[in-house]
Amino acid sequence: VAGAGGGGCPAGGNDFQWCFSQVKGAIDEDVAEADIISTVEFNYSGDLLATGDKGGRVVIFQREQENKSRPHSRGEYNVYSTFQSHEPEFDYLKSLEIEEKINKIRWLPQQNAAHFLLSTNDKTIKLWKISERDKRAEGYNLKDEDGRLRDPFRVTALRVPILKPMDLMVEASPRRIFANAHTYHINSISVNSDHETYLSADDLRINLWHLEITDRSFNIVDIKPANMEELTEVITAAEFHPHQCNVLVYSSSKGTVRLCDMRSSALCDRHSKFFEEPEDPSSRSFFSEIISSISDVKFSHSGRYMMTRDYLSVKVWDLNMESRPVETHQVHEYLRSKLCSLYENDCIFDKFECCWNGSDSAIMTGSYNNFFRMFDRNARRDVTLEASRENSKPRASLKPRKVCTGGKRKKDEISVDSLDFNKKILHTAWHPLENIIAVAATNNLYIFQDKIN
Amino acid sequence: MSQKQDEENPAEETGEEKQDTQEKEGILPERAEEAKLKAKYPSLGQKPGGSDFLMKRLQKGVSIISYLLLLESKGILGMKSIEQKYFDSGDYNMAKAKMKNKQLPSTGPDKNLVTGDHIPTPQDLPQRKSSLVTSKLAG
Repeated sequence: VAGAGGGGCPAGGNDFQWCFSQVKGAIDEDVAEADIISTVEFNYSGDLLATGDKGGRVVIFQREQENKSRPHSRGEYNVYSTFQSHEPEFDYLKSLEIEEKINKIRWLPQQNAAHFLLSTNDKTIKLWKISERDKRAEGYNLKDEDGRLRDPFRVTALRVPILKPMDLMVEASPRRIFANAHTYHINSISVNSDHETYLSADDLRINLWHLEITDRSFNIVDIKPANMEELTEVITAAEFHPHQCNVLVYSSSKGTVRLCDMRSSALCDRHSKFFEEPEDPSSRSFFSEIISSISDVKFSHSGRYMMTRDYLSVKVWDLNMESRPVETHQVHEYLRSKLCSLYENDCIFDKFECCWNGSDSAIMTGSYNNFFRMFDRNARRDVTLEASRENSKPRASLKPRKVCTGGKRKKDEISVDSLDFNKKILHTAWHPLENIIAVAATNNLYIFQDKIN
Repeated sequence: MSQKQDEENPAEETGEEKQDTQEKEGILPERAEEAKLKAKYPSLGQKPGGSDFLMKRLQKGVSIISYLLLLESKGILGMKSIEQKYFDSGDYNMAKAKMKNKQLPSTGPDKNLVTGDHIPTPQDLPQRKSSLVTSKLAG
């Protein structure tokens, strides 16, 4: 089973004891739109944690090595690099504003000293190289130390430049720009297990790219109807299988997932598997289709399962069974009786993400009021936790939160009507090997660690 | 490995249980919410899905003028769900002229917005975002 290597999971049951570790970002009440975090992603080793925001900026944090002289900072994430990935653009032909918001970041597996990641906004995907420079060459023959060119006729002796150490400098440079392949807004990117190709998906199409080639892209899924009036669903998320480089899945706004095999045909309009839970027709309402829309789909690390997130629940599917999920976990069922107001304030369209832990034994997703939910699949237990500055004493344990739905409110419970729907946790990430989680709460990034760690 | 397949435990689906209880009480929470919404917006169409709804979603980011023209052509301005058909271009222009006199929904016309009297230049367009600053996460 892929995932946790050695000391990742605590022995015995999965009794997590989450503690506050760090919080990044400003405290001020007035949050600038640009500072809103729009994506969070650990790299394959978990040593690097990348965030993207609405202002088109990427900030990468690096985990500190164990240091005996400063034991309390072991495992802390500090800023490693930051750069402007995308800038606002204007499409003059269509009179369209192209937002610089980073929709997704995906890391490439590390192959040499440098780190590579893909970041995308609505229209353009960029491959960034993040490299360290800790040496500088000195003693050039044709230049002075300050860079001024020497007069070659005045050079009387030759010397060999030597490498001298310098303060660590982390540089980010765009190595590839994959543009002009999407008419609609890109919602997903996914690196293939072959480490050579990746997919990008928008509302109606999925394209396959080679990481080295920017002027060509293959369209592998196209659900645009000949007549736009016949449009009934859009693609909401897509991902490659973690081990089988020919398999991908994409989810739709109608709550279905299609699995495609690229070996069967060049254009994967015909799915190989179709995952849909049968709906009880008697319980259908105006909201049924909206709340069934899948906002995120993620394969398990093992590749045997996948998880889908719709508005009120998270479902785990066995890839061998298309007829129904094997698990359904309610995230915030109490919102079912609030759908009218959630439709009016547009919250019903919020796109929550979900993630697995390294060993696939637990899953996590966000909710409102800066709450996030964690489901222990083995122990069949779930917990609601909160990302808040009030619980931000170092190594303070997080107390489980409870929402009361009606009648008597117990002490420490919060009533549904008191929930702050502006405090949404849409993006969360789980360290691939250890019990460390990153939770994005609007403009703040919280990092929590398991005490047993 | 096949254990998981057998464990489609209904106990997991606490939501359904709650729904059953409420069903016994006579009202599904979703249906009650739907009734509330229809009471507020009587002209709301039957299905929220469908091409109009999705087209709106696809065209996020489009300029205000072309979005309103789209709504107009679909007869959605004024929340009509019936598609309007025009006899000819004259009919269409007459209808458009009438529409412009009605009150436009939510966002009013932007003062900087150019409506097509002349070819826009970059200077005419709404102010772009000002110079870019380092993220506060890195500060």
